[in-house]
Amino acid sequence: MELLQSYLGTQLGYVIWTLLKIVVIVAPMMLAVAYLTYAERKVIGYMQVRIGPNRVGPLGLLQPIADGIKLLMKEIILPAKSSKGLFLLAPILSIMPALAAWAVVPFTDHLVLANTNASLLYIMAITSMGVYGVIIAGWAGNSKYSFLGGMRSAAQIVSYEIAMGFALVGVLMVSGSLNLVEIVKQQGHGFAGGSILSWNWLPLFPLFLVYLISGVAETNRAPFDVAEGESEIVAGFHVEYSGMAFAIFFLAEYANMILVSAMTSLMFLGGWLSPFPASWGWLGAGSFFWMAAKMSFVLFCFLWFRATFPRYRYDQIMRLGWKVFIPVTLVWVVVLGAWMMSPVSLWN
Amino acid sequence: MSFTTVVFYILSAILLLAAFRVITAKNPVHAALFLVLSFFTASGLWMLLESEFLAISLVLVYVGAVMVLFLFVVMMLDIDIEKLREGFWKNFPLAGTIAIIMAGEMALILGSPEAGLHTYPARAPLSADFSNVRELGVLMYTRYMYATELASVVLLLAIVAAIALTQRQRKDSKAMNVSEQVAVRAVDRVRIVKMAAAPVDTAATDEDQPQA
Repeated sequence: MELLQSYLGTQLGYVIWTLLKIVVIVAPMMLAVAYLTYAERKVIGYMQVRIGPNRVGPLGLLQPIADGIKLLMKEIILPAKSSKGLFLLAPILSIMPALAAWAVVPFTDHLVLANTNASLLYIMAITSMGVYGVIIAGWAGNSKYSFLGGMRSAAQIVSYEIAMGFALVGVLMVSGSLNLVEIVKQQGHGFAGGSILSWNWLPLFPLFLVYLISGVAETNRAPFDVAEGESEIVAGFHVEYSGMAFAIFFLAEYANMILVSAMTSLMFLGGWLSPFPASWGWLGAGSFFWMAAKMSFVLFCFLWFRATFPRYRYDQIMRLGWKVFIPVTLVWVVVLGAWMMSPVSLWN
Repeated sequence: MSFTTVVFYILSAILLLAAFRVITAKNPVHAALFLVLSFFTASGLWMLLESEFLAISLVLVYVGAVMVLFLFVVMMLDIDIEKLREGFWKNFPLAGTIAIIMAGEMALILGSPEAGLHTYPARAPLSADFSNVRELGVLMYTRYMYATELASVVLLLAIVAAIALTQRQRKDSKAMNVSEQVAVRAVDRVRIVKMAAAPVDTAATDEDQPQA
């Protein structure tokens, strides 16, 4: 950074340095998204006793690249009576929040682009904007199928956001901070001496479950993927899209999956902290390795859910969100408050 | 001109333009989306004032929740734009006069020497460890505690009232009760009857075989 600033002056050097850091985060993200699609096809393939993609490159490893090139070559068709500007804006609006949220996600205690005090709020605000991409895509295409898909998705995302927010309230109560780095550090000490048992997933177990399931619902993944219920509304909100515009919706969906897995790891699974005692050398020290391992575990659960559960019916989704999750989180927040004030509190 | 000043003018220009388009856009969906844009730029302005909590909650509450529901309704409604624009020019003189008077009043109030805006000192920049959230929380739950509690009671009342309004159910509604469906067991639906196997006449079964 000093080198850049000496060449380009203080301000410009700072801007270029920040842009470089953004590239260093976004480029591996895109690669991770590409290979998450590959992982999904392979994992689900093996779960269904198939072998998945195996033709392009060794073990089918070049399949995501081939898919990307194929989609780039295809024409982006604009439906005749669509609202053209919004039609093209929708994919951008869906990928933008999925990428912008990474600005405050810490990978280790010092590896973070912006360590702000309100990072958790920022993530909630930015991810809540992702729904616009879906709604606008559904509306702008001027097709009834895509409109129905957009409506379903919007209602679902708005409902589950509430449960998700309340689940995070519990995390905020025990950590006393909106800063993601502080939230992880707080899990590093406590009743079980900072081991795997003192991470938030155990004392906040109901909230952990609610958050994980709401995360699946928020990203429109199976079994909550009514927004693209093939048997009912063809392909949902992106039925009118083709080529790269269509691919961007998928990029956004997978980027959101990775984001939710990162948030789950940070808030409930101890982030970069190691599950082993510190005497175990590098395995015992907190590092990016553990963060990546936890994220991969959560992502694997996402794929596992998709291979296991049949799709929910729409009214069942709404019931689960409003009548099960919100009461559970509300009650647990009250219980947690009483617990924290009582002599048996774990968080002193 | 410092960097923040440039950002301020850019954001203000976008905000004014978006706000203007909210009332002039022909399509109600476009108007709602311009409103979203103006909320977003307004939160950018708050961010410049270093009040990041308010800025983020503006995005979280208005952009993330309120406007989504708003857009939801606007998209479903079949609004006849021609009918809405009827009588625009007839009412224009009165509306224009009122707008000019209001703008004049605002200019007079803000521009008068008594308002003292020119003597208002620029706020000292906040230190890096200053927490907006903490300050706001301390004020809300100590000094303005009663006001906060009162506001939350009013909001709770509104929620209860809204739920009470939706409690009416149509008699011919065919909506299913999901909890009952989920709680159902095989015993409630299927009756398994055990029967003793009857001896089978071999000659008869040969004749019953379908011809290949």
